[in-house]
Amino acid sequence: MKFTQTLTAVATAGVMALMMSTAASAVTLQMHNGADPGSLDPHKVSGDWENRIVGDYIEGLVTEDAKADAIPGQAESWDISEDGTVYTFHLRDGIKWTDGEPVTAEDFVFAFQRLMNPATASDYAYLQYPIKNAAKINSGEITDFSELGVKALDDKTVEITLEAPTPFFLQALTHYTAYPVPKHLVDEYGDAWTNMDHIVANGPYKITEWLPGSYVHSVKNDDYYDAANVQIDEVYYHVLEDQAAALNRYRAGEFDILTDFPADQYQWIQDNLPGQAHVEPFLGVYYYVLNQEKPPLNDPNIREALSISIMRDVIGPDILGTGELPAYGWVPEGTANYQGETYMPAWAKMPYEDRVAKAKGIMEAAGYTPDNPLTLQLRYNTNDNHQRIAVAIAAMWEPIGVKVELFNAETAVHYDALRAGDFQVGRAGWLLDYSDASNTLDLLKTGTMQGDTMNWGNNYGRYSNPEFDKLLAAASSEQDLTKRAGELHAAETLAMDQFAAIPIYWYVSKNIVSPKVTGFEDNAKDVHRTRWLTKSE
Amino acid sequence: MLGYALRRVLSAIPIALIAVTVCFFVLRLAPGGPFDGERALPPTVLANLRAHYNLDQPLVVQYLIYIWRLLQGDLGPSMVIDGFNVSQLISIGFPFTLTVAMSAFVIATVIGVIAGMIAAVNQNKWPDYVLVLVVMLGVVIPNFLMAALLQLWFGVYLGWLPAGGWVAGSIPHLVLPVTVLAWPHAARISRLMRGSMIEVLGTNFVRTARSKGLGQRLVLARHAIKPALLPVVSYLGPGMSYLLTGSLAVEQIFGLPGIGKYFVTAALNRDYGVVLGTTILYMFIILALNLIVDLVYAWLDPKVRYR
Repeated sequence: MKFTQTLTAVATAGVMALMMSTAASAVTLQMHNGADPGSLDPHKVSGDWENRIVGDYIEGLVTEDAKADAIPGQAESWDISEDGTVYTFHLRDGIKWTDGEPVTAEDFVFAFQRLMNPATASDYAYLQYPIKNAAKINSGEITDFSELGVKALDDKTVEITLEAPTPFFLQALTHYTAYPVPKHLVDEYGDAWTNMDHIVANGPYKITEWLPGSYVHSVKNDDYYDAANVQIDEVYYHVLEDQAAALNRYRAGEFDILTDFPADQYQWIQDNLPGQAHVEPFLGVYYYVLNQEKPPLNDPNIREALSISIMRDVIGPDILGTGELPAYGWVPEGTANYQGETYMPAWAKMPYEDRVAKAKGIMEAAGYTPDNPLTLQLRYNTNDNHQRIAVAIAAMWEPIGVKVELFNAETAVHYDALRAGDFQVGRAGWLLDYSDASNTLDLLKTGTMQGDTMNWGNNYGRYSNPEFDKLLAAASSEQDLTKRAGELHAAETLAMDQFAAIPIYWYVSKNIVSPKVTGFEDNAKDVHRTRWLTKSE
Repeated sequence: MLGYALRRVLSAIPIALIAVTVCFFVLRLAPGGPFDGERALPPTVLANLRAHYNLDQPLVVQYLIYIWRLLQGDLGPSMVIDGFNVSQLISIGFPFTLTVAMSAFVIATVIGVIAGMIAAVNQNKWPDYVLVLVVMLGVVIPNFLMAALLQLWFGVYLGWLPAGGWVAGSIPHLVLPVTVLAWPHAARISRLMRGSMIEVLGTNFVRTARSKGLGQRLVLARHAIKPALLPVVSYLGPGMSYLLTGSLAVEQIFGLPGIGKYFVTAALNRDYGVVLGTTILYMFIILALNLIVDLVYAWLDPKVRYR
C-alpha cells in the first residue's frame, strides 16, 4: 500500500514535471528557407521562400491543408452560382488582425483592388485575372477600381464575380496574391505597413523580427481562430543560400527542415540520414526554348531532330542524381482538372539508336552532317546543374550534326536575352503557380499587340499557332470540365507535335525533414504550412 | 601634420565623385536590369516599376538625381529588397560586418606579428617550419572551403560551436566566422613580419645593440620591432578593406546579416542603389584607412615627414 502510494506520488510528480516542462519550453521550428525575402507584402513577393513566411502570417479566404488542397480559411463557407461565375464567401466570426481590428470584407475588396492597381506593380497580379475586369484594371485600361469584380455585400460577405467560369479559381485563391491586407494600416502607412513597427497578421503566426541576411522570426498568433490546434510556438525562417552549409547546419541539429539540398549529396543523405530526404514530383517543367523567329529553328523538322535525340532518361538519375523523371509533354502529371491520358509521343518509345538515326536523317535532309554541322548557341543561366545538362545535351547533339556553342550568363542577363529574342536555344523552367494545365500551356500562346510592339510574355521561343490559341481560348470559357480538359489536351498535343519547345525533365521538390517533425505531408505544390507541423524534442 | 590630414581629406572629395560616377555608369552599361527575373512582367507593371525608380528618365538625369540625393545623404531605395532602403540595409548590416572584421583584424594582426617574430628569431628551425605550414594553410585554402571544413569539424563532428547563424550578443557564434576571416590575414601579416624582421635583425644598428650587451628580448622590443613593423603597417589599410569586403563567403556560409553579400548579390541582381551605396561606403572606409596608415607611418618611421 505504502509502496503503491509512493509510486503513484512519484508518477504524478513526474507527469506534472513533464507537463510543466512542455508548457514552459516553447516549441521552436528552425526552418532553412533559402534566399532573403525581398518583401513581406503579399502583393510584392514572388518566391517560394517568401511564400513560406507570408503564408504563415496572412490567410486568405481559402487556405491550404497539410496536403496543400484548398480548405476554408478566413471564409468558413462559400456558395458558387450555377453558371460558376459568382462566388459568395462568408467570413468567420471574430476574425481579427493582431492589432485588434476586425478582418472585414472591405479588407479583401481593398486588397484585390490594390493588387490590380498598376501602381502597386505586383509581379503575380495576373494569377487573379479570372476576376471580372482584373486584367483591364491591371493594364490601366479601366481606372475606376470599383469596377473590379470583388464586392463587399456586408462586413462579413465577399462576392467575387469572374469573367468566365474558372475551375481552378479556389486553387488560385490559396495563392498569396489573394490574401487580404489591413486596409486601415495601408491607408495610414502606404507600402510601409509591412515595417516591423506596423506589421500585423491574421494567420496562425505573426512576424516579430526580420534581420536581413539572417532570419525572419515569427511567433504563434493566439488570436488565430484555430490557435488551439497550432502546435509550434515560434518559427525561424533562416536565410541561407549555400546548400552545403545548410546541410552541415542540419547535421549539427540547428535546422529542423531543409527546403533544398545539394543533389550530389542525395546518395549520402539516403545512406546516412535514412528516411529524412523527401524527393517528390513537383508541378514544373525544365525545358529548352527554341527561337522560332529565325531560321533554322523555325523549321519544325529541325526542332524534331533536336528533341528526339536527347536521351532524357539519363538526366534525372545520372546527371542530376535526384531521379527527376523525363519530360516528353508540356503538362506535368498530376495537374488538376486534366483528366485523360498523359501526352506521350510515339518517338519516346522508340529505341534511342533509332531516334538518333531518324534525327540524323532529318538533319542530312536539311544539309547538315557531323562534318558540316549546324552551329547553335545554347544559352543558360550560370549554375552547375544547368551547365552539366547543357554539356550532356551538346554531346547528344554532336552525332546528328549539331555543333553547340555554350554561353552562360547570370540570371538577369540570361532572361533579358531570352525576352529580347537574342538567342537560338535557351534554358528555361516553369513552376506552376496553381495546379491547372492552362498555367503551362499559356507559355506557348501567341503574344498580344501592345501599341506597335508584340508582347510575348513568357513565350520566349515565340511559338505561334492560331489553332493552338483558339483551343486555349475555347478552354478558358468552357464550363464542362471534361470538355475543357479535352481542349487543353488537344492544344498540348498540337504544340508538342510541332516541337514548340523541348521539355527535358519534370522538377522534383527536395526537402529534408528531421524525424522530430511530424505532419509534413508531401504534395505536388511543395507547400507545407507550419500550422500543420508538430515537433518533439 | 594636421594640415596634411586636412589636405588629404579634401583631396578625397574629387576621388569619391569620380568613383561614384564611374560606378554609376559602368553598372548601367551591364545588360539586364533589376526587374529581369525568370518571369516576364506585364509591360504596364514594368513601366510602373521603372517610373517609380526613375529608370525611365535619360541616364544623365538619373545620374543627376542620384548625386543630388546623395549630397543630401539619401542613398535611395533598394530595387530588389522592398522592405528596406539602402541606408537602412547598411545600418543594419554594417555594424555586424564591422564587428566581425574588426575582431578578425585585431586578432589576426596580433597573432600575425607575434608569429612572424617567432619565425624570424628561429629562422630555419622547427618553430619556423611549423608556423610557415600553418600560415600556408591559411593562404592556400580558399575561405569558402575553410568555412565549410571548420563548420563540419567544429559544428557537426565535434559539436563544440554553432555551425552558423546569428544570435545577438553570442560570442560562440562569432568564433568560426572570425577564424575563417582572420586566418589568411594573420598569415599574410606573419609572412611580412618574418621577412622584415629577418632583414632588420641583420642591420648595423641591431648589431650595435647586441654588441653593447643587450639581451635578445631588449633588442627586439627596443630596437627591432618598430622598423620591422613598417611593411606590416602599410599592409594594414588594404588588409582591413580586404576583411570588410572579403566577408561575403563567410556571411553566406554562416548565414550572418552583414553587408558583404549585398556587394555581390546586388550587383548580380542589378540592384543599382545597393551596389552604389555599398561601394560608396567601402570607398570611404578605404580612403580613411589609407589616411590613418599614412599618419601611423610618421610615428613609426622618423624618416617620414609630412608637408
